[in-house]
Amino acid sequence: MTGSSGGAGASAREVIMARIREALRVPAPLPHSLSHALAPPDDRGRGGTAAPPAHSTGLPTLTVLPESAARPWLPDCGETPADRLRILLENLAALRAVVHRANDLKAAEEYVFTLARERDWRRVAWHAHPLVEPLLAGVPCATQQITATNFDKHNLESCDAGITACEALVAQTGSILVSSATCGGRALSILPPVHVVVATLDQIVATLADALHAAQTRHAGRMPSMLSFITGPSRTGDIERILVLGAHGPKELLLILVG
Amino acid sequence: MIAKKPAELPTAHPSQAGEAPPRDAKKKFLRDAAAHVGDTGHRAFVRKALSGYYSTRDAQQSRYRDWEQARDAAALAKWSAVNRLDELLPRFVDNFEANGGKVHWARDAAEARQIVLDLVRAAQAKAIIKSKCMTSEEIHLNAALEEEGYGVVESDLGEFIQQLRGEPPYHFVFPCMHVRRDEISALFGQHLGTPPTDSPEELTMIARRHMRGLYVGADVGITGANFLVAETGQISITENEGNARLTAGLPRVHIALSGIEKVVEYLDDLAVLLPILATAGTGQPMTCYNTLYAGPRREGEADGPEEMHLVLLDNSRTAILADPEQRDSLHCIRCGACLNVCPIFKNVGGFTYGTTYQGPIGSVITPHLRGLADWNHLSGASSLCGACTDACPVRIDIHHHLLHNRRNAARTAPNAWERLGHRLFVLVASRPWLFAAGGALFRRALPLLKFLRPPLLRDWLASRDLPAAPRQSFRRQWQGRGHREGRA
Repeated sequence: MTGSSGGAGASAREVIMARIREALRVPAPLPHSLSHALAPPDDRGRGGTAAPPAHSTGLPTLTVLPESAARPWLPDCGETPADRLRILLENLAALRAVVHRANDLKAAEEYVFTLARERDWRRVAWHAHPLVEPLLAGVPCATQQITATNFDKHNLESCDAGITACEALVAQTGSILVSSATCGGRALSILPPVHVVVATLDQIVATLADALHAAQTRHAGRMPSMLSFITGPSRTGDIERILVLGAHGPKELLLILVG
Repeated sequence: MIAKKPAELPTAHPSQAGEAPPRDAKKKFLRDAAAHVGDTGHRAFVRKALSGYYSTRDAQQSRYRDWEQARDAAALAKWSAVNRLDELLPRFVDNFEANGGKVHWARDAAEARQIVLDLVRAAQAKAIIKSKCMTSEEIHLNAALEEEGYGVVESDLGEFIQQLRGEPPYHFVFPCMHVRRDEISALFGQHLGTPPTDSPEELTMIARRHMRGLYVGADVGITGANFLVAETGQISITENEGNARLTAGLPRVHIALSGIEKVVEYLDDLAVLLPILATAGTGQPMTCYNTLYAGPRREGEADGPEEMHLVLLDNSRTAILADPEQRDSLHCIRCGACLNVCPIFKNVGGFTYGTTYQGPIGSVITPHLRGLADWNHLSGASSLCGACTDACPVRIDIHHHLLHNRRNAARTAPNAWERLGHRLFVLVASRPWLFAAGGALFRRALPLLKFLRPPLLRDWLASRDLPAAPRQSFRRQWQGRGHREGRA
């Protein structure tokens, strides 16, 4: 690598790591503003697992508790599935995402049919998934299935909507977790101007930690190349801090909740 | 219709964002601050733009069952990562490379620019799309790319507007918050040939239509990174518009730039850091897109880049790390909360700082990044009200660090006049008879001083009045009220 500083011969990595080790030889005290956060080691910090210093530099060992109960100070995430559904729906409404409840996949298919006709969609893109495939059965327009072998960004760019599944729905924040492995790659959920997500009630989890934990478990040892929390339709406030939806990503986010 | 032809872009702005001759930095700061403070129209516009921030942030904070504990957790996650960077950075790099990404280490800005140029050359790039990345502003990447003949388009709406204006970002989260909509309309008219409009929505749609063809056509996408997850080797990118997802999703090569201090240990840490970043930064529960990338497209996935590169930048971050007192300024997650609440920022505006990172946190770290001697004046650009420290979601002791920088500057480069002044004060204050005589003299001379306006008093008197001197000294008045000297 072309370098402009540091010793001749030593790689940039070696130089930077040496600087880091040298800098950390002097331990930093826990900032005054944080001293209360570690003592007493009750339910503060990361789930109350802050243990007494064990590291040579006097740093406390912090372990992880992914259960939602471990962070009772984040926004409310519901105790029961009914609570979580209510909170999810409230959050999605505040985010200006549109939720459609469907009793079964048949009802969901009818909704997609109506959408396509009312909006005069010419082509919708989708990916193979047990929840997505049935919705396309009778759709009154062209369809474009996104697969690992036929991806064409120009083609996808001209689609009116992308229909995907998701990995999880997060009650606490109203987020929808999609991945490149299970939701048709990277572009399907971001390039078309409308993103339709189909999910079932049992995909609702309480917190971001739960969703991340679920993804880690599902893709053990081989994370998808992209995991994305989608929290409402694309937006910007760059012009005079005034909210506008549909900056570069989808202007509309429609969630079909089956069950 | 999609505009296929890229807009004619003005060349990047190497001088404005930072490379101003450092000797002039203080003079320029004072001159620009005076000009901005006098521009009441500008101040009112910026205040109005930020007024909504308080209400949305407060509403969002109130949804936390305990915001203060959330801040503790976020600060602890960053604190424990920054203080174990020697262990966590290599762990992150190993896991990132195991995911198929390639890491490049850059000691300084020049090395980082060279790495990106080499990557762009190797990719035989014809078109480069870029999403918001303050690290790239720090190293003046756009100017370097343009010098080599590469066109690069900023895709974030605010950054795009600033690129067309030929200006650096005004605020590192809200880059064009100082620009009125009619100016943006005229700018788009000039560069994109679009008809005038006063609708923010229509203006946004103009940029959207313009950009879509560019995403599809670009062969290299450049992004920043908000967090580097050591446990999994993923990088996390936070955004609202979707432009970063398109930038990292469509081009054949993805290059990400990040400071070395962005490491966190666990994926689970993001369950606190992502919401707290959004709430503190923009008053949102979460920003629209929080995306984790683990290398290039995997087998079986529909799309994604063939190559993913990450440039890890030091550029004096290790100098901050070496200062245990201010090490916590590396906790910064660049939410911009300290700017939004800062009375100085609101009055002098973003450009006056002359730095990549404006506002209180910029005033803390810039002297480390670019030299205390030339940038210590920023430590004085503070009322020490502590609003920044209160607003900081990761509990950086910002306003005390401004004091630390003042003290360090006084130690390393003491001002001869200040030293003389302090000596004189000690001389006078430790001799009661001299103190009394001096006081008597000063009380009589005050009207004359007001009239003569000597240099030391001139700046003070420019915007303030001096009260009339009392007839008697404090000690005389105290005795006159029946107190005896030496009694409380």
